[in-house]
Amino acid sequence: MSIKVVEGKNIVRDYHVGGGLFRAQRTVHAVKGVSFSVDKGKTLAIVGESGCGKSTLARIITLVDPATSGELLIDGNKVDIARGGLTKEMRRKVQIVFQNPYGSLNPRQKIGDVLGEPLLINTGKPAEERRDLAMKMLKKVGLGPEHYNRYPHMFSGGQRQRIAIARALMLNPSLLVLDEPVSALDLSVQAQVLNLLADLQDEFQLTYVFISHDLSVVRYIADDVMVMYFGEAVEYGSREEVFSDPKHSYTKTLFAATPRADVASIKARLAKKKAAA
Amino acid sequence: MALLDIKNLVVEFQTAAGMFRAVDGVSLHVDEREVLAIVGESGSGKSVSMLAVMGLLPWTAKVTADRMSFNGRDLLKLSPAERRKIVGKDMSMIFQEPMASLNPCFTVGFQIEEVLRFHMGMDGAQRRERAIELLRQVGIPEPAERLNSFPHQMSGGQCQRVMIAIAIACNPKLLIADEPTTALDVTIQKQILDLLVSLQAKYGMGLIMITHNMGVVAETADRVIVQYKGRKMEEADVLSLFESPKSNYTRALLSALPENAVGDRLPTVSDMLFEPAPSGAAA
Repeated sequence: MSIKVVEGKNIVRDYHVGGGLFRAQRTVHAVKGVSFSVDKGKTLAIVGESGCGKSTLARIITLVDPATSGELLIDGNKVDIARGGLTKEMRRKVQIVFQNPYGSLNPRQKIGDVLGEPLLINTGKPAEERRDLAMKMLKKVGLGPEHYNRYPHMFSGGQRQRIAIARALMLNPSLLVLDEPVSALDLSVQAQVLNLLADLQDEFQLTYVFISHDLSVVRYIADDVMVMYFGEAVEYGSREEVFSDPKHSYTKTLFAATPRADVASIKARLAKKKAAA
Repeated sequence: MALLDIKNLVVEFQTAAGMFRAVDGVSLHVDEREVLAIVGESGSGKSVSMLAVMGLLPWTAKVTADRMSFNGRDLLKLSPAERRKIVGKDMSMIFQEPMASLNPCFTVGFQIEEVLRFHMGMDGAQRRERAIELLRQVGIPEPAERLNSFPHQMSGGQCQRVMIAIAIACNPKLLIADEPTTALDVTIQKQILDLLVSLQAKYGMGLIMITHNMGVVAETADRVIVQYKGRKMEEADVLSLFESPKSNYTRALLSALPENAVGDRLPTVSDMLFEPAPSGAAA
């Protein structure tokens, strides 16, 4: 029997905007009743265009933003940050990696301090131990001890994303939310980071919620896929189900729009072009 | 005769640590009615070489070439004033970040008409008519009303359409698109690529597509140049590039595509034995 690390039941998030002297208040339904669950050691990919609510859902799972209604269970325990607040233990369990590694690291903080800070805030570990743990984590993500005293601007985009992943792993979380972690990276660097994520998942039995709009990456990394469109989950199933037999028209549009880099489709395109000329 | 013909282009930047060579002996040519894709990762010099052609590099850059001619004119010998008459008219460029490359202080109508005023010398009524026609061509609904919109009132995809409208305003012979879809969603990316290719076919432009996305290359290009660290690794037509890549770097780049993954791990470029092929092997 597999263990459900995270489960969402009918999660809704509304934002209230405007409502000043001259304008009536308006409600934006960012997430409209989404349900999902992820087993331990598995990856759920959330796909959708910008503005479809996938990042809002990520914020809710990361326990940054409260859901307007619905239930969120982490390791089988119900969590409601709007009412119950949040313990350090819960904070430890869920961590996030952001899209843009250039924006998510403090430019005036050394890498060692970046990695040590989660321990400083959430645990009572002494400085010596924090340092050792940070050094170990640097090695895990493919960097070295010589990087400990450097600043973020001294690293390339791929290296910075490794640092962001290392920071997320410092507290030994069970669930990692990855918000478009490779979309700002080059193809060759993207492959390295994806490999790193796969290795870490094997080593620590991590559970991933992977947000992306790149279907080729999703097909490579995901076990389950959820397609979101205007705040609703229009398609949810295992990777094989979704990719081999997309049901919703938006999923079909998405597949059709993804550029194909195989020889057969190039031949088809060139033949079409010749016929048109 | 080739529309754009470059032989042995070298671009160097003056830095604190001495001269840095961003582009190292690249030769390329584009014909009319041809789509050339330049592929490479960041730092491979693909954007810099095109900025050198447009004359948009800062003064710290030193551009040298054996030949750099456009439409029969030698770009190296042009005065800045003469070059300004060509750039934006016969040769124009679309940039990566549509939101950042439009001026937030002016309406899109003003920004389209600015090109027409400078290069075509049209009067106000003609300019307005042409601007509406351009917006219609790039597929913006209610073009007459949208002329008065500011960039922040439009979505990223619409801003990119406005950029394309500005670029094709004077019927250029050569259009350079520098990562035109990197900042956009896949569904919008598809629309923009289709638009660029259909405009290219309709007006018989030469189109240079700068990208790091192999999918974009496969969907648009006739001929491809692969660049790495400022050098040309390979030049081939699109079918033979994907069917039988010659240089090891191209092979590594293709196998790093997630859809080509074999088993659990993606091969990375550094995994593959790396031996640069002699530059210009296929030229």
